[in-house]
Parts: sequence; structure tokens; C-alpha cells
Amino acid sequence: MNRIICCNNRIFATKAGSNVYRLRIPWRPLSNDAAPLLSSQNAGNPEKESEAKQYDIAIVGGGMVGLALACSLASRPLTRHLNVAIIDSNPALGRKHFIKKEDLPDPRVSTITPATISFFKDIGAWQFVEQHRHAYFDKMQVWDYTGLSYAKYNARDADKEVLGCVVENKVLLSSLLSRVQETDLPKKIYPSRLNSMSILPNSSSSEVDSTLSMTALFTHGRLAKLELEDGNSLYAKLVVGADGGKSRVRELAGFRTTGWNYSQNAIICTVEHDVENHCAWQRFLPSGPLALLPIGDKFSNIVWTMSPKESSEFKSITEDNFLKAVNRALDYGYGPHPTPSILGSSDLFSWLKGGISKSANDCFEIPPKVIKLASERMAFPLSLRHANDYASKRVALIGDAAHTVHPLAGQGVNLGFGDASTLSSVISEGIAVGADIGEVSLLKKYEADRKPANVMMMAVLDGFQKAYSVDFGPLNILRAAAFHGAHHISPLKKSIISYASGETRLPLFA
Amino acid sequence: MASSMFLAQRRWFLSLPRNLSNARFFSALPSEHPVSVSGPQNNVGPESNKFEKASSAPSSLKEPELAKFSAIADTWWDSEGPFKPLHKMNPTRLAFLRSTLCRHFRKDPLSARPFEGLRFIDVGCGGGILSEPLARMGATVTGIDAIEKNIKIARLHANLDPTTSTIEYCCTTAEKLVEEQRKFDAVIALEVIEHVADAAEFCKSLSALTAHEGATVVSTINRSMRSYATAIVAAEYLLQWLPKGTHQWSSFLTPEELTMILKRAGVDVKEMAGFVYNPLTGRWSLSDDISVNFIAYGTKEK
Repeated sequence: MNRIICCNNRIFATKAGSNVYRLRIPWRPLSNDAAPLLSSQNAGNPEKESEAKQYDIAIVGGGMVGLALACSLASRPLTRHLNVAIIDSNPALGRKHFIKKEDLPDPRVSTITPATISFFKDIGAWQFVEQHRHAYFDKMQVWDYTGLSYAKYNARDADKEVLGCVVENKVLLSSLLSRVQETDLPKKIYPSRLNSMSILPNSSSSEVDSTLSMTALFTHGRLAKLELEDGNSLYAKLVVGADGGKSRVRELAGFRTTGWNYSQNAIICTVEHDVENHCAWQRFLPSGPLALLPIGDKFSNIVWTMSPKESSEFKSITEDNFLKAVNRALDYGYGPHPTPSILGSSDLFSWLKGGISKSANDCFEIPPKVIKLASERMAFPLSLRHANDYASKRVALIGDAAHTVHPLAGQGVNLGFGDASTLSSVISEGIAVGADIGEVSLLKKYEADRKPANVMMMAVLDGFQKAYSVDFGPLNILRAAAFHGAHHISPLKKSIISYASGETRLPLFA
Repeated sequence: MASSMFLAQRRWFLSLPRNLSNARFFSALPSEHPVSVSGPQNNVGPESNKFEKASSAPSSLKEPELAKFSAIADTWWDSEGPFKPLHKMNPTRLAFLRSTLCRHFRKDPLSARPFEGLRFIDVGCGGGILSEPLARMGATVTGIDAIEKNIKIARLHANLDPTTSTIEYCCTTAEKLVEEQRKFDAVIALEVIEHVADAAEFCKSLSALTAHEGATVVSTINRSMRSYATAIVAAEYLLQWLPKGTHQWSSFLTPEELTMILKRAGVDVKEMAGFVYNPLTGRWSLSDDISVNFIAYGTKEK
């Protein structure tokens, strides 16, 4: 419902991508009391009834993940006829081309994995992304401030062309919008927000008056009813919550979540270099990782994780001081450059070096200097949140509504695109066998497919976050060992790359 | 044909000979069963008691079967209730129907409603668990069941969705429709034949209902040692899911027997598949293992 939220969450994309961050934006406090209830009184309101329309699917939240679901439905033969309502108050959804090529890069970017790129190609949206600014990268260097270790990943280690592509969220959004507008999918965009949602239990069928009005269908649990803030109401067989980390659908449907806050903030902004950057850089500093991602032309995106106190300080210092701090943090700040000899790595880790990976000889490089700030600096708190269920009768959650992850590694929005792809495929399978698409037994297939994958990625990222947020001697050595392992052992490196690119479902060492 | 489906899936879990010593494990055909086809009795007045009507109509049904299903009819649409295993199996049965019937009728498998314009009959429709998806796939569906209560429930449920409210539900039997000379493009009887008294007569009725160049689909449970063992251990002694005697293992048909009696009735079996249940995922899938549950698709010979 609130696209702003969706999008903003992604802001980070950075490598991260994710969501966790919420902008303080006009999220309007919905009265909790008003909402959950919806109920039967409303149900029978004859005045609204005349305007209410019935849809197969109502997608609440026209952000990247919600629109990707619509595009994916439009691209499958069995689902392209479905009647879809998209509910989002973002005015941009009403326009045809809401971005211009010459606009400065937006600091809200996403790191798209090769798996997501092929999903975009399948649904016909990648051609639109290619018309705008986007930056492939084929190298990634990760190191930490202790100077004990570094790892360099190269696409060719995994026999791939690229490791990923950094795209501004507004480019992704407008590409998906352009695609969905050109398809024949019957759709209608409601520029409003969700106020209430109600789904009644299946009635015992005994006293049915065999009329087929929407009210009757609703009363017997065959349709969900949505009421919007602008007074419109609509009915749908299936409601998809794609409304971000603070999902209203999740709240109204009563899904519980599990999660925690990291007591860390991320600062994001766009910066300019005097040369082009084609590598993704990430350095672990005492208070959190600093990532520098190429976003095309001479621009890069920065996602810098730190304590909330530091973040307010870094947000308010002058541009010059900020740039100096960034350059220092990417160079000699906090500790020396790593050199293999520091640990005597050839001895210490020689037992690990079964197969020397191809890029092991790539030596440590210093990232290009940052010369100018190209956007304002924004700060977001980090958290992790996971819905205990993704589906119930007539409701499914996708994207940040189902899981909000640490931005590390940029998996957030990629997990969301994976959800959209799987959900549309499950709906298609259901239609193939004549199922009611809101049946819980069907929707649970989607949940069974996505939850393990998402939980695994969240656990891996959370583990990384914890491993790197501690400055403690022995742990630093372990980290260094892990880096060396990742750097020198081909199969391991390959599996890390393919997991991070979204191509392997199972964890690293499978 | 009664609420057949339900037994369907459960039958291999559940079915147990009421009395093991009497079970004729390898008896040939079910026609030896105590309840045999009753003679044609027409002219049952429309006002007469429905259940009465059903059971007195010409039929290959076993009366005690009707009473068993009548007792649990209310729970047809509770996907977590007694019919849960059936709900879980349903998509797999429908996947088989979709693929074989699209090929048979040369329909586009990528269409959301491939069966548009075709008349299907669901014999032993129960609460309509199979009829409704078939209607959503475009077919003009007639659902029949010998139990009036099932038909009532099926009709009420189907009326809640405009695409399924077109289903014609009738409390009648296949034999009766044969007398009325009704014909259908596809005749589908899933998990029914093991509940009828005379399987050979029943197959003749199915064949008679099938239009020229139409298709007949029958599914049931094999009479194998595996279906017997599973049923006893899991269903009767451990789980006690069903009242004892829900199924008569001895009246199950093997794939060879089914093929043979269909052949005698004029239906040529073209394809057969097995259903296997994975207890870990709780999902059914199609397989070539026909040792327990299986489904056969045939065409009417010229």
C-alpha cells in the first residue's frame, strides 16, 4: 500500500538492498482499532457495493516486488487473463515515463543478481532497464580493517560474465511499470492506501441464498474485501501483500513476525569519482561494513553501516569532511592494507590451498577516490524481520512484507523477486488444475517453496553481520582464515558466488 | 458411485476387510459381492424420498456404502477434515485429466479453460471436489451421486462461485442416465468403482454414457499386497482414521482386471498412471508405480 515504504526500504540496495530501513515518510499511522475489523457491517453496505469491483488478485503495494508479480502474471499463458488490481498511493504509477535519463543517480539502488536479471528477461522488463543507467560489475573486493585478510571475487571464477548489476530503484520500478503497462494483463491501479481488509470464514453452506452477488460471496468466505482510504472498496479472490517492511496486509491478516534490530544505522548516498568504477568494494570496519558500488558513469553508491550516534554525526558534517572520511575508510583508516605476508599466509593457510582459484593472484587494490557528493546523505536503522507465515486463506505476503534482511550482500530485493516469481508460478499451477487461487492449500505451496530459501539467506547474512560486528582478537584471526579460505579455494569461492548470485538454493557448502 | 472420491484416496490407508478371515484376498471380480445390481425400476415419483429414490434406482451400488458416506457428507469441503487426503490428492488427479484430455480432444494445454465446449460427467461426484475444478477449466460439467446429501452440499458450494454455478448436479446413478440416453464427451469416475457391487456392469454404463470418440477415465485402488498392508497397519490399527470396513480390500481391482472389464465394455485403455504419496512433503505425485492408487484413461472403441 505504501509504495514509498516499499521503495525506500530498498534503498539500500546496495549491496544490500534491503529493506530494513524505513524512511520516515508519511506513513500514516493507521488506527489499529479501525482496521482489523471490518466486518460484516461494512460488508453489507449497499451504497459502496455498487461501486465495488471484483478482481482475481489485489496486489497491495505497487513497489518493485508488487509490479514484478504483475509482470510475471502477465507473462504466463495461464495467468495473463487474470484481473489484477494494484493498490498504491505513489503518484508515479499513474505516469508513463517518470524518470529521465539525465537525472542524477538516486542513492536508492539495488544490487541485482544474475538470477534476478534472468527473471527480468523472462518477464520482459530487462529491455527497459537497459535503456537507463545501470552498471554491471564483474569484480568484488572484500577486506577488513585489521589488515589480516582480503578476498577478491571475479566473475570468471564461477564461469560467469558478471557478478551482478547495480540499478537505481527508480529505474527498476519504472521498467516494471513500463512493462506491465504494455502487457494485456487486465489491470487497474488504485492510487490509494489500504484501510481495512476482511476475510470471513467459509460459511457452512446450509443457508445460502444462491444469489451470486459479491456481498454473498464475501459473506461465504469466497472473496476478500478491501477498503481503501479514498473510500473505494474492492473484492478479490487473493490479496497479495507486497507493501514492504511495515506491511499493512501482514498486520491486518494477523501474521506474526520474528526479528530484531541491529542497533546500527546505514548511511547511503551517491558519490562521484574521476574515473569509472567497475568493481564492488566492501570493507569491514570496527562499527560495520562500508560498501562502494558502481552505478554507472562515474558514479558510485555508498552504504556505510555504523552506530546510530556515528550516523547522525556523519550525516551532519560538511561534504568535504564526509568525503575525507570515506576516502580514509576505504584506504588506510582504521588499519593497514592487507598483505598476504602479514599472516604468513602461505604457511598458515597452505593446507587449505587445494585448488588455487584463478583470481587468487589478483592483488589487493585500493578503491578509486571519491571526489564529490552527488546526493544528500540518508540514514536508516537496520533490522531483521521475518513473518512466521507467508500465506493464509486468500492472503500471501511477498518481498519485504514477508522478510526484511540485513543489507549486506544485496539480497533483500532479490529475495523479493524470487517470491514474486514463485508465487506467480504457483498460481499458474493452480489454474492449470482448476483450483480457486485463494485456497490456502495452494498458497501454502508458495510458502513451502520460499520460506526455507529466505530463512537460509537471512541466517547467512545475520551470521556475517554478527561475525563482523565484533572486534576481538581471536575472532579477527578466524575471520582472516575465512577470508583466506574464500579467497584461495576454488570450489568454495564458486559456491559462494553462485549462492550470492541467486542460482544455488542450498547453502554454501552443499 | 457414491461419494466415491473420498474413499479414493484414503482407501489405501483405510481400507480393511472387515473380517480378515472372510477376506477373499485374491478373489477375481467384485461381481461376487453380496449386493448385486438391482433390476430396473422406473417411475420413481419426484416427490418420493430422495435417498429412497437413489437406492432404488437401477444401480450397481452397494447400499451399506451409501450409508457410510451419507454420515460424513457435511465435511466434504473442510480441507482439514476427514477428506483432507482427498483434497491433497485432487491437484494430482486433475493434472492427469488435464494432460490426457487436452491431448485427446486436441485442446491447447496453455489455455486457462481448455475444456470449453466439452460435456463432462463426474460420476460419484461427492461434494463436488472434482466437478468444480473441471468447471473452472471450462468444461460443462454434470455431477451425479447416489447420495442426496452429497448433491445438496455440492450444489450449495458450487453456487458460491459464478464459474462453478453452471454445474448440473443430480442425485441419480449412471445406469439411470444410460436409460435416459445421455452422452458425454468425457466420463470420469474417480475412486468409485471399488464401491460398486458389479464393476463390470458399472463399466458398461460408463461406456454407454461416453459419446462417440469420447474419453473414459477411471481411478481406483489396486488389490496388491502393498495396498493391503498399508491399509491395515496405518489405517486400522495405528491411525484408526476410518470405521472398520470402509473398504473391502477383496473388491479392489488390479490394473489388469480393470483394463479387461473396460475392454469388454468397449473402452480401450490407452494410458495408466499411479499416484504416490510422499509423507514428508505431504504431496501426491504422478508416477508409473501403479501398485496402490492408479488411474486409467481409455477411449471408446468404434
